[in-house]
Amino acid sequence: MIDMLREFFLGFGPIGLLIWTVIKVLAIVMPVILGVAFYVLYERKVIGWMHSRHGPQYLGRVFGVGWIQTFADVLKLLLKEIVRPSRAHGFLFYLAPLLAMAPALAAWAVVPFDDGLVLADINAGLLYVLVMTSMGVYGIIIAGWASNSKYAFLGAMRSAAQVISYEIAMGFALVGVLVAAGSLNLSTIVLGQQGPAGLLNWYWLPLLPLFVIFFISGVAETNRAPFDVAEGESEIVAGFHVEYSGAAFAIFFLAEYANMILVCFLTAILFTGGWLSPFPEAVPVLGVDGWWWLLLKVLFYMFVFLWFRATFPRYRYDQIMRLGWKIFIPITIVWILVAAMMVHFGLLTQMDA
Amino acid sequence: MELIVNNIELIAFYLFAGIATAAALAVITVRNPVYAVLFLVLTFFSTACVWLLARAEFLAIVLVLVYVGAVMVLFLFVVMMLDVRTDKVREGFIRFLPVGVLVATAMLVQMIMMIGVQRLATLPLPAEVPEGYSSTEAVGMALFTDYILPFEIAALILTVAIIAAIALTLRRRPGTKHQDVGDQVRVDPASRLRMVSMRSEGKPGGKP
Repeated sequence: MIDMLREFFLGFGPIGLLIWTVIKVLAIVMPVILGVAFYVLYERKVIGWMHSRHGPQYLGRVFGVGWIQTFADVLKLLLKEIVRPSRAHGFLFYLAPLLAMAPALAAWAVVPFDDGLVLADINAGLLYVLVMTSMGVYGIIIAGWASNSKYAFLGAMRSAAQVISYEIAMGFALVGVLVAAGSLNLSTIVLGQQGPAGLLNWYWLPLLPLFVIFFISGVAETNRAPFDVAEGESEIVAGFHVEYSGAAFAIFFLAEYANMILVCFLTAILFTGGWLSPFPEAVPVLGVDGWWWLLLKVLFYMFVFLWFRATFPRYRYDQIMRLGWKIFIPITIVWILVAAMMVHFGLLTQMDA
Repeated sequence: MELIVNNIELIAFYLFAGIATAAALAVITVRNPVYAVLFLVLTFFSTACVWLLARAEFLAIVLVLVYVGAVMVLFLFVVMMLDVRTDKVREGFIRFLPVGVLVATAMLVQMIMMIGVQRLATLPLPAEVPEGYSSTEAVGMALFTDYILPFEIAALILTVAIIAAIALTLRRRPGTKHQDVGDQVRVDPASRLRMVSMRSEGKPGGKP
């Protein structure tokens, strides 16, 4: 089916290739955006239940869940006026949401959804993802600076320091994975976790500290609670996007949630076997690998994000820095050594790329 | 149409190289330092694209990762914090111009000598890449086999630089109320809290 479509479009020459590429990009971006819409609903429902209240339940109500609440909210935001503060820097003020959004979507190019189901199966996939997650900070910094507002600027400064700090821990955690897998290609990393023992073969077990640190760093990178000092609504109103309204705010919102879902996908792919089944291969039906396993794992991590938000109070700024620099980075450095030792003594087998 | 399709790589090269050069020029000409930093980011990004065209995808990604993702964020951070007065900086422009031109000329001559004009003319284009070739692997192999000693020395120098930078800037002020997390974790409830047994007082005016 897919091959036939591809042949059909390639028949038109270079223009067909362009159209085919755009279709492939849309096939990933549209589900991501829809995923964001339903993730917002998921968040409001889950946090509502954790606070013992209902959450959205009136718009498009089926089984007590207001399914189209998010779409109504988005529509409202799109219809609102974008107010630009008179002292703001015009061009950069409008550029910032785009700079936040573009990397959040571009990173999806290398995410494998199933065996062979990936837009760009590049060799340096892991590095590419790291690049894209680190680029997102420009949107935040520029938004904070271009708004010409003290609160926004404070939020941007906090965010810049935080993202830089946690990027290092995150990068080191990824180094551990690539030492274990012997490859930077995300599909190869997933296949490296294949084994007869199901979930006991995945990297979360030998790389347990890195797994925990990667996920927590991911929460910090996306500026989510309990690391959401960049927004800090009780201290600096809404942080970097305090001056944004309407569609511009919606884009920041979209970028943040797309990044959260991306971190969930990455955790699932790098540490908990991607599309591999948690059951041993010998088990019938449940032992079959497929994209539904990846989806289940991602839904679980998405839930953990929300669980964190409902559970932990916000970290103080110096505590965030201490956790990142003095705890996470030393642990990851030690565990890279441990992972290298495990590979050296044959406890972990690398894929031969 | 055919012409564009056949030379798409060449067109892309000129596009990215042109953007890189224009952005580099803008870095030193724009008045606002924040814009200068952002143009420098654009320069790095376009250079990375040029490197991608030369099939050095590992170097390109690392360039963006290190310079755009980390170094330039810190630059931007500092520039935004410092509030640089551009008119002050520009005051001595004419006075220092001869020195600047001299340095620039010397650097240009050095670069031309190093690259070698003849070499530039015969620089081979990257050959068709064999199936399964990965520049990431090639860089790794070269770094960790033939050049392991320079690589380790560079790592050591960088470590020394990090430690030196921290040692030079670290000032311990007496009297600050630092949080000692170790102390907080080790705290013993018995040393802080004393349970006192006392009789209920009851409501004022009520029964005891």
